[in-house]
Amino acid sequence: MKQVYAVPKSLRPVPTHYCPGCTHGIIHKLVADAIDELGLRDRAVGVASVGCSVFSYDYFDCDFQQAAHGRAPAVATGIRRAVPDAIVFTYQGDGDLASIGTAEIVHAAMRSENITVIFVNNAIYGMTGGQMAPTTLVGQKTTTSPRGRQPALAGQPLRIAEMLATIPGATYVARVSTTSPAHIARAGRAIKKAFQVQAAGEGFSLVECLSTCPTNWGMSPVDAMAWVEKNMIPYYPLGEFRTPEMPETPERGQANG
Amino acid sequence: MAGRKLFKGNEAVAEAAIRAGCRFFFGYPITPQNEIPEYMSRRLPEVGGTFVQAESEVAAINMVYGAAGAGARVMTSSSSPGISLKQEGISYLAGAQLPCLIVNMVRGGPGLGGIAPAQSDYFQATKGGGHGDYRLIVYAPASVQEMVDLTLGAYDVAERYRIPVMILGDGVLGQMMEPVSFPEGSEPENAPQRPEPEWATRGARGGRAPRIVSSIYLKPEELYKHNLRLQEQFKRAEAAETRYEEVRTDDAEVLLVAYGTTSRVCRSAVEKLRTAGVRAGLFRPITVSPFPYKALGERARQVKAVLTVEMSLGQMVDDVRIAVAGAAPVDFLGTTGGVVPKAADIVERAAALARHGAADQATREGIS
Amino acid sequence: MKKVVIDEAKCKGCGLCVHFCPKSALAMADRINSRGYHPAELVDEASCISCGICGRVCPDAVIEVFKP
Repeated sequence: MKQVYAVPKSLRPVPTHYCPGCTHGIIHKLVADAIDELGLRDRAVGVASVGCSVFSYDYFDCDFQQAAHGRAPAVATGIRRAVPDAIVFTYQGDGDLASIGTAEIVHAAMRSENITVIFVNNAIYGMTGGQMAPTTLVGQKTTTSPRGRQPALAGQPLRIAEMLATIPGATYVARVSTTSPAHIARAGRAIKKAFQVQAAGEGFSLVECLSTCPTNWGMSPVDAMAWVEKNMIPYYPLGEFRTPEMPETPERGQANG
Repeated sequence: MAGRKLFKGNEAVAEAAIRAGCRFFFGYPITPQNEIPEYMSRRLPEVGGTFVQAESEVAAINMVYGAAGAGARVMTSSSSPGISLKQEGISYLAGAQLPCLIVNMVRGGPGLGGIAPAQSDYFQATKGGGHGDYRLIVYAPASVQEMVDLTLGAYDVAERYRIPVMILGDGVLGQMMEPVSFPEGSEPENAPQRPEPEWATRGARGGRAPRIVSSIYLKPEELYKHNLRLQEQFKRAEAAETRYEEVRTDDAEVLLVAYGTTSRVCRSAVEKLRTAGVRAGLFRPITVSPFPYKALGERARQVKAVLTVEMSLGQMVDDVRIAVAGAAPVDFLGTTGGVVPKAADIVERAAALARHGAADQATREGIS
Repeated sequence: MKKVVIDEAKCKGCGLCVHFCPKSALAMADRINSRGYHPAELVDEASCISCGICGRVCPDAVIEVFKP
């Protein structure tokens, strides 16, 4: 029999601590697939962040550093500068990247640090029990927005991919979803492309992955995926916001996806 | 020794770090240490190194974490408010046992404070600073030459114990110019090539097992063991690396205790006191962490009184009291806010101590 | 060997593979694995087309897919 789907080699064969149906696992596999396919495992150094993905170093079969909350792009910068031929990637959630780590991600993009950022956006703080994130949708109930996010109190959710795409140093910026086989296939291609951009020395790459949190959303894994498609994708449109091929224009940052 | 050359303290510490093998500097501007990043931005590219001006002190110390975790000799520098911002990263560096060099040219606080020299960050530097059970190795040089000498050995010490090393200076030491000589053969091209540490994350080359740089231990018994390991490393450093200098202490009846800039004033106060017939001596901690408790305690047994002099309202004096352990009365003379103590004030207080011993501490302590 | 090989012990019973299987060849088993979940199982191998979707959507990397 011919194998049509194999578990990526750059993932360790260990159970994860993620909740049933959490899409972190899917994104882990896509990252590991990209590392496998491009033959980068020997050079890869990952940077884990604080949040649900804090233990991602236990799941990837490559060197890893564990960073303080929001600081993964700074830690990655240090590794990047110290080991010029390494393949450096961060794996960060939306609390980590879009809230406490906004300065670090913006300036890593500004410097066009040759790193790849996997940004997992599930519109909530998962690890700490479901608090409001900068990415929480208007009206979305969380443990710290019990009446739903109110713009008058908490503003409008932050669109990270669009924001970073306005920065000249951002070479590749895409937003993908993980909520159907077709979306997952596109997400895999974007993540692979991001690593290719880095391997070619072309600079900063980021893939924002719309993701689910069935536990803190209080939904089944299947319903959570439907919720992303119905509620998140309209606010967080998918596509490539920046590619190496795009000309530099005043409209930088607008989606073509 | 090669010829002596005038160096500003900030530039001397930068050059010494490069000669010690530092090839990566991550920093953020703050007075009174700006000559360090400026020197590094000019000098590091000449020796194949990398300078990055970070977006914040927070980012800079985390860049240090990344590079140190990759096995590089790396450095950052700042001054008090900036060092406060770095404390999160310093705690992570200590927790992950990553050797590195941190220079702190202390200025007056709290808050934004001022830019004049101070020693009011002694507690922060020596008692941890960030969260958690850890200590740094902290050197307190008293001259530009000593800053060079201590910096030249700083990475070896940091790597031997896997503890970050801090150079604790102040605005005076950073800004003053003094003649300095660098040891022959210490030119950057002769900097030692360090083998890749067995814990460094540079990519799992040749199929070796992956390595993880981390400070997280969620199981209490594991964190317990880890913290004991950190403490054990610090105790090893305490046994082998504790340093101090004594000036005319053999027959001293009044013992001044001071470090850094303040010790320079005390040194001249000792000479003035001797001229006036008072048998004064100076005990100067060079490592303020680990603190030379044992040596100071032994010296204190022979004296009538101890006088601690600091540019703070009393921080190191706590360690002095622990060291002296009641063997002699411990008096304190401090200035704050960027004011340097005057030798005349120290002489006056020390002479009174020699005449009468320490009076009621409640009335004698406090700002001069 | 089956077309869909499931590491039942590691399965968390999220049901995504069952939901996305285009041929309804998978189902959640009645039994409970050592982690306390109902694992997914291949119940209709004849209709399985070895498309690989179940493997791709599985967040726990417990499914591998083969084609005769």
